[in-house]
Amino acid sequence: MSNSPYVIVGAGPAGVIAAETLRTNNPVTPVLMIGEEKEAPYSRMALPYLLAEDIKETGTHLRHTDGHFDTRGIEIRNDRVSAVTAAEKSVTLASGGTQAFSKLLIATGSHAIRPPIPGTDLPGVENCWTLEDARAIAAKASKGSNVVLMGAGFIGCIVLEALAARGVHLTVVEMEDRMVPRMMDQTGGAMIKSWCEAKGVTVLTSTRIEEIAANNGALKLTLGDGKSLDADLVVCAAGVKPNIAFLEGSGINTDTGVLVNDRMQTSDANVFAAGDVAQGIDFSTGANEIHAIQPTAADHGRTAAMNMIGIDTPFQGSLSMNVLNTLGLITSSFGQWDGVAGGDTAEITDNDRFRYVRLSFQDDVLVGALSLGMTQHVGVLRGLIQSKVRLGHWKERLMANPLLIMEAYLARTQGSVFGI
Amino acid sequence: MQKALLIDPEKCTSCLQCELACSFEQEGVFNPAKSRIKVFEFEHGLKAIPYTCTQCSEAWCLHACPVEAITINEATGAKEVNPNTCVGCKVCTIACPFGTINYNADSGKVIKCDLCSGDPACAKACPTDAITYVDANWTGYDRMQEMALVGHGRPAKGAAQ
Ligand SMILES: Cc1cc2nc3c(=O)[nH]c(=O)nc-3n(C[C@H](O)[C@H](O)[C@H](O)COP(=O)(O)OP(=O)(O)OC[C@H]3O[C@@H](n4cnc5c(N)ncnc54)[C@H](O)[C@@H]3O)c2cc1C
Ligand code: SF4
Ligand code: SF4
Repeated sequence: MSNSPYVIVGAGPAGVIAAETLRTNNPVTPVLMIGEEKEAPYSRMALPYLLAEDIKETGTHLRHTDGHFDTRGIEIRNDRVSAVTAAEKSVTLASGGTQAFSKLLIATGSHAIRPPIPGTDLPGVENCWTLEDARAIAAKASKGSNVVLMGAGFIGCIVLEALAARGVHLTVVEMEDRMVPRMMDQTGGAMIKSWCEAKGVTVLTSTRIEEIAANNGALKLTLGDGKSLDADLVVCAAGVKPNIAFLEGSGINTDTGVLVNDRMQTSDANVFAAGDVAQGIDFSTGANEIHAIQPTAADHGRTAAMNMIGIDTPFQGSLSMNVLNTLGLITSSFGQWDGVAGGDTAEITDNDRFRYVRLSFQDDVLVGALSLGMTQHVGVLRGLIQSKVRLGHWKERLMANPLLIMEAYLARTQGSVFGI
Repeated sequence: MQKALLIDPEKCTSCLQCELACSFEQEGVFNPAKSRIKVFEFEHGLKAIPYTCTQCSEAWCLHACPVEAITINEATGAKEVNPNTCVGCKVCTIACPFGTINYNADSGKVIKCDLCSGDPACAKACPTDAITYVDANWTGYDRMQEMALVGHGRPAKGAAQ
């Protein structure tokens, strides 16, 4: 075969981890990563810490050693891929011309979207998705300014923490009836809300922003109940959409994102997808889902690269999971925390101390979990779910006291020596 | 030859010397709550299992880190957190399926076992040899790691570091 390179579209975490895995396991075939952002490969996840001024821009970079990519023989090109012709194993570049590939990885992530209301295109309305966005927010979110955060989903709540650290007057507006509705149930969502309010943030749930209008160099927001809010800056965290538009006419199957099998392979055998753009196998349901999180981007990138090389590597599916810090209150969620039909759930709640743990079981196997106010050994929730450890008599103990998760894990994986 | 912590729960009397030694070595205080090795007690302390990071070859924590704050110490094989790079995002704490990398609210960063640069304080402090520091290819250690890995889907072998 020709020595066309492995081509990776997108230089975010999924693309970078794939490029490194390709290099480590196949030193022969060239690796070319094409990314449209004019930055060194960086991590979106680090942006809140840049906004909070914990780190400088270089602290957001995915790799910190000078010449990291050069010495590994990974070529990075700043360009945008505008089309893919899978049948001809070639991509079209926005700067003109085409690039042949032996295998292609689509790791283009997603882009932030704005809700369909008037005024979202006004100056002073910003997303918080790219490094460029973070620079724009940093320029406007000065101490004491009025900032409205539109959306209290997972990303919104991370941004909330960063904005609060800048000392702004913060109001959060969320359409749904609680904060982080896709990661927390009513109990947890309500606790996060009262925690944030106690820290001086105004939280409006079940509230819509109907319109944003210019107002003497600032902005005026009209809410669903007719009230209004003044803002110097509106930060929009109202959802994202996978970057798949350039795949139109490529012959590659897409749904919400790029559809892939358990080898991260698309409908075209030479084309793979990974990260936020890939609608990959969900560990819990086996269905194709998008899990737009860092650990999934990393797992996808590594698995896709191995399969691109031809080292058959099945993927067991990604577990939906998140960890969040809202002004010091730490929460996490894993898998099917909302429970499954015919399963059981166990809960322990301490409203005064902001503690909450909820476990969901199917038979004697943990399938989902929520935790609030817990920082030690949370990872074992992933371990229990993903390795499908049969809990046996420990299930009853966990039903009585959900805090014994670490003990249950140890007893069931190492305790056989003493029959615990 | 790289070495590893070998833990034999049957020898553990839950005296907590390891936790005290670890917290003193790493944090400068005798405080089990700040220890990176943790003794889990069963049946009111009659049985106990000391537990810490096995420096697993999958290194889920390292791969999940968005800013390359976790790297491998070539001499010891330990996966080490660089506190200057760590932003405290905690993604590693949910990525590690063993629950052995944890957030420390005091520093705003995560902490985990780093094998004390090759001279682990816990092993030195353990009076019953329930924790020993031995050649990594010793079969008992392999067995222990196997046990800890029961059923975990292994990710790509030889994946990038
Ligand atoms: C503020 C913020 C906080 C977050 N916090 C967390 C968190 O705490 N935990 C967590 O797990 N996740 C978090 N995430 C999500 C996490 O950052 C993403 O899951 C991760 O970045 C996905 O990586 P990726 O490589 O798939 O995509 P991306 O990081 O989006 O990278 C894709 C790259 O491809 C480029 N690209 C797109 N189209 C083209 C094209 N046609 N040609 C060339 N290049 C193209 C894009 O410009 C981009 O640079 C956060 C995200 C944000 C924005
Ligand atoms: S902290 Fe967890 S994932 Fe990281 S090396 Fe240790 S056991 Fe492995
Ligand atoms: S908490 Fe620190 S070490 Fe862990 S993933 Fe985040 S930046 Fe990396």
